[in-house]
Amino acid sequence: MRIPLALLLPGLAAALALSVTLAVTIGPVNLSMLTVWNIAWAKLSGSTGMWSAAEENIVWMLRLPRVLLAALVGGGLAVVGVAMQAVVRNPLADPYVLGVSSGASVGAVLVLGGGWLGFLGIYAVSAGAFAGAVVSFVLVFLIAVAGGRLWPLRLVLAGMACGYSLSGLTSLIVLTSENRELARTAMEWMLGSLGGTAWSDLGLPAAVLVMGTGYLALSGRKLNALLVGDETAATLGVDVGRLRLRLFIVLSLLTGVMVAVSGAIGFVGLVIPHVVRMLVGTDHRRVLPVAALLGGVFLIWVDVAARMSFAPIELPVGVITALLGGPFFIWMLATQRWRSKDTA
Amino acid sequence: MSQLIVDGVSVEIEGRRLVDQVLLDVAPGQFVGLVGPNGSGKSSLLRAIYRVLKPSAGRIVHLGDEVWKVSARQAARRMAVVAQERMGEFDFTVDEIVMMGRTPHKRLLDTDTAADHELVERCLGQVAMRHCAGRLFQSLSGGEKQRVLVARALAQQPEFLVLDEPTNHLDIRHQLELLELIGRLGTTTLAALHDLNLAARYCDRLAMLCEGRLVAAGTPAEVLTAERISAVYGVEATVGEANGLLRIDFRLKQQ
Repeated sequence: MRIPLALLLPGLAAALALSVTLAVTIGPVNLSMLTVWNIAWAKLSGSTGMWSAAEENIVWMLRLPRVLLAALVGGGLAVVGVAMQAVVRNPLADPYVLGVSSGASVGAVLVLGGGWLGFLGIYAVSAGAFAGAVVSFVLVFLIAVAGGRLWPLRLVLAGMACGYSLSGLTSLIVLTSENRELARTAMEWMLGSLGGTAWSDLGLPAAVLVMGTGYLALSGRKLNALLVGDETAATLGVDVGRLRLRLFIVLSLLTGVMVAVSGAIGFVGLVIPHVVRMLVGTDHRRVLPVAALLGGVFLIWVDVAARMSFAPIELPVGVITALLGGPFFIWMLATQRWRSKDTA
Repeated sequence: MSQLIVDGVSVEIEGRRLVDQVLLDVAPGQFVGLVGPNGSGKSSLLRAIYRVLKPSAGRIVHLGDEVWKVSARQAARRMAVVAQERMGEFDFTVDEIVMMGRTPHKRLLDTDTAADHELVERCLGQVAMRHCAGRLFQSLSGGEKQRVLVARALAQQPEFLVLDEPTNHLDIRHQLELLELIGRLGTTTLAALHDLNLAARYCDRLAMLCEGRLVAAGTPAEVLTAERISAVYGVEATVGEANGLLRIDFRLKQQ
């Protein structure tokens, strides 16, 4: 039941463009798709047109940056999920399950609360999140390895243990901080939220997503070999140690940057790769681009649901992904071909 | 001129010496069988040769280069391996698995060419698995999987094949077919084998390991003597000849 990539990629790109437009039209003030495109075009080309300043503000300042960030973060988390699953050879891995998102949160909160890394300006929080992501990813990996082998069950347990401890640490830092404002922003952000996105938030995630996905897609052959096994990959000419080190850095960077702008949005990296593999098989050269696009479309619509389902109350998007992702995770656990050899 | 020289190689894991100063050489075009009981160090020696277990002493030279000093990619273009690694939860189709054999020949931006696909098909044909090209690897039987892995090794177009117990999980016919195929390929091959009769029949030379040491090397008739089999395997053996082939029978030693 495989769909040819030549059909799937343009189709998904069109779906992404359509989703962005539709998601911008939806809100307390409904707008037409034509208005959205006209305003976007006018802004880009510097012309003016027949719409109110309020409409222009809603489209250009409020909704469009948020929807675009949803697409970037969704794509980024899906891509990280795919590659992380190859690194640890386990379909239950994603940055949230493995505690890497929680590590990134600790780093980000330390920067916000302690004012560290101030010399990096607006990139300080992302840098802190990246550092936190690297530390937690390596930590979880080392705990999960025993006797030179990576144990699937140990990995999930190590991820959860680290995730809980790091979340606790984040709460501790936030609640004991002198900075009262931090508690409010951090709370919303720990649940994963895309609210209050500005254009200036988009540059870094966009650059990191494009470069990260590019690097991973070019390494697709090696990721395929890695998925079969370390020893096999080595005999196929892959320098496994070096590849894994690079993947740790690239994946931590992607996770750190995505978490810095959106908080810990769970399970996107788990659900999307699974669905994509059902559509196009396991070859990473196909899976990665499809996952990037589908992840973007997915998170755009989840964010629309977060904005609209309990309007005027706006839910953090992470609440919805958690509600969808938890049962999905359990379903995967139940249907996975766990063999006693793996779990013993 | 030897293609592969194993020069005084020892392998140690956690202080235990699994391979002890083994000397071995393989001439171009030869099919050399590595025999010995379980735990005699066959797999460890092979893993040192295919660069997974770093030897604690000695040198391994393949085509004039020390195998531990060339890049992983260069090593994989010369040497292909069929080992006993179990695949995890993910599944690939059979042709995707065989296409992985092209990995060491590819640079960053290279795509799979028509020639690659042709080669994959040819390699699958050589192991009589072409009809399964589109199937999922995990859905195959043990013997079919083994043949697909051999096809992947062939797709690497190596000058040297390393096989770790390639006939495991195979029924008699497929055992014979596989060893026949390897003999026919003419590629220099080093294979760990369990079945002494098969080893005697298909290998040009044999090397026998016991507790990590090389105890004999030479033609099958030179290596497989009744006294040596009795000493190394701890069983009574009779070595005879039938239809020009060595024929070995075993029974437990009387207490």
